[in-house]
Amino acid sequence: MASESRRPPVVGLLALQGDFAEHAVALAAHGLPTREVRRSADLAGLGGLVLPGGESTTMLRLLDVEGLWGPLGAALRSGMPVFATCAGLILLAQRVESPAQRSYGLLPVTVVRNGYGRQYHSGTFALESAVLPRGTSGTFIRAPRITHVGPGCEVLARRGSDPVLVRAGPVLGACFHPELQERHPVVAMFAADVCAHGSAQPAEAG
Amino acid sequence: MTQKHKQQVPGFTAEEVVSKIGFCKQLEGGVIMDVVDAEQARIAEEAGACAVMALERVPADIRKHGGVARASDPEMIAAIQKAVSIPVMAKVRIGHFVEAQMLEAMEVDCIDESEVLTPADEQFHVDKRRFRTPFVCGCRDLGEALRRIHEGAAMIRTKGEAGTGNVVEAVRHMRAVTSQIRELRGADDKALEKKASELRVPVELVAWVAENQKLPVPNFSAGGVATPADAALMMQLGAEAVFVGSGIFKSGNPAIRARAIVRAVTHCNDPKVLVEVSKGLGEPMVGIDITTLAPQERLAGRGI
Repeated sequence: MASESRRPPVVGLLALQGDFAEHAVALAAHGLPTREVRRSADLAGLGGLVLPGGESTTMLRLLDVEGLWGPLGAALRSGMPVFATCAGLILLAQRVESPAQRSYGLLPVTVVRNGYGRQYHSGTFALESAVLPRGTSGTFIRAPRITHVGPGCEVLARRGSDPVLVRAGPVLGACFHPELQERHPVVAMFAADVCAHGSAQPAEAG
Repeated sequence: MTQKHKQQVPGFTAEEVVSKIGFCKQLEGGVIMDVVDAEQARIAEEAGACAVMALERVPADIRKHGGVARASDPEMIAAIQKAVSIPVMAKVRIGHFVEAQMLEAMEVDCIDESEVLTPADEQFHVDKRRFRTPFVCGCRDLGEALRRIHEGAAMIRTKGEAGTGNVVEAVRHMRAVTSQIRELRGADDKALEKKASELRVPVELVAWVAENQKLPVPNFSAGGVATPADAALMMQLGAEAVFVGSGIFKSGNPAIRARAIVRAVTHCNDPKVLVEVSKGLGEPMVGIDITTLAPQERLAGRGI
């Protein structure tokens, strides 16, 4: 938690389309305020960024139309904590298949879109992880499947043998939706990243 | 304390809340477009649709051609599933659970039990709890919304008056739902019991809505949306996403209009963006003044 003398950092939620409102509720439970990001001006002064679930093709199209592709990329590379779920993970992957599409390439993974099948195959599955509490599960919704993990990428959790929670530096990516579950430890993990990053930064004037 | 209820929706298992309602939440802030073939589906996806609704005839044509409107040819739905990577929805007639079984067997991502098709059962809707696939249903007021949710709908949309290009009914239905939710604020146990009996739903559902001041499932809008301004209007009135039926592919330039409506939903509170996206869209679909429709021509009265 941030000390009393400073306000908690504001987390930006990419709000072009998707379940950004769920992320706002999940982060509020950790005392973190959020700001919806729809234009480049919304990126100023953030202490963290969330790329939510939704449709990655819709988000890509709007990133271009809004002139947000470049400014968002700069923010993502600035070193602040980033949390990407489902479609957000697809936007950050190094390589996207089925079909191939453009991405930021910040996470050295290959993802296959809808790699676990259509909505009929969606559901909550057990996770195997050395860093999450025993019994932690993840809800996968038309989820991307990580088929290759490159150097510099740490696998934090698996579903069966598939990596489903990965980290590369300040970027945390999940194939599933921790924001949909009550008090999910992965949201707590990101909230701790944001607070730690915030207290390492010089306090803002005023 | 809304947080307390996040995992609890009366009548839904915790797993259904995250997997069925969770799927519908992924569509929020998006536009779901009616398409009749793979080519239109590709145009919709390219324009930024968050899902497509596969059907043989858009509502405006169902109106024009008359006859019995049924679920679409599986071959046509399969061609659309193959053509795009975004979710594909399809419609079944009200109460036609076999059409729904067939769509589930095809792994359609979401089933719309729709008043736009000719109802198959005048007494019962599909028992949506028996399906793994999430359902969306239309409503005109809070009672219809809660009855559909009680039957297992994971998403609600206004009925509006489909195929008219006239947003007035969608506005009426959205306002009815939100004002009836507001009226429940602070209701005591006796008032909740009375309301539940009046609406013919369990009191737990009415109590959830009274306490949380919203529906327990996403509340989308449909029926008569034809312009970016219509879509933004529905969003500002409280819709979490918008279905556009005939409004896109019955207009002069579908690709440009589709893109404009997608952007209008994202920036629904920014009139400057709405001005920009509304320029030079070409001809909108020709609308119908709803007061000129005979009662039997109105679709919204089906399936109450």
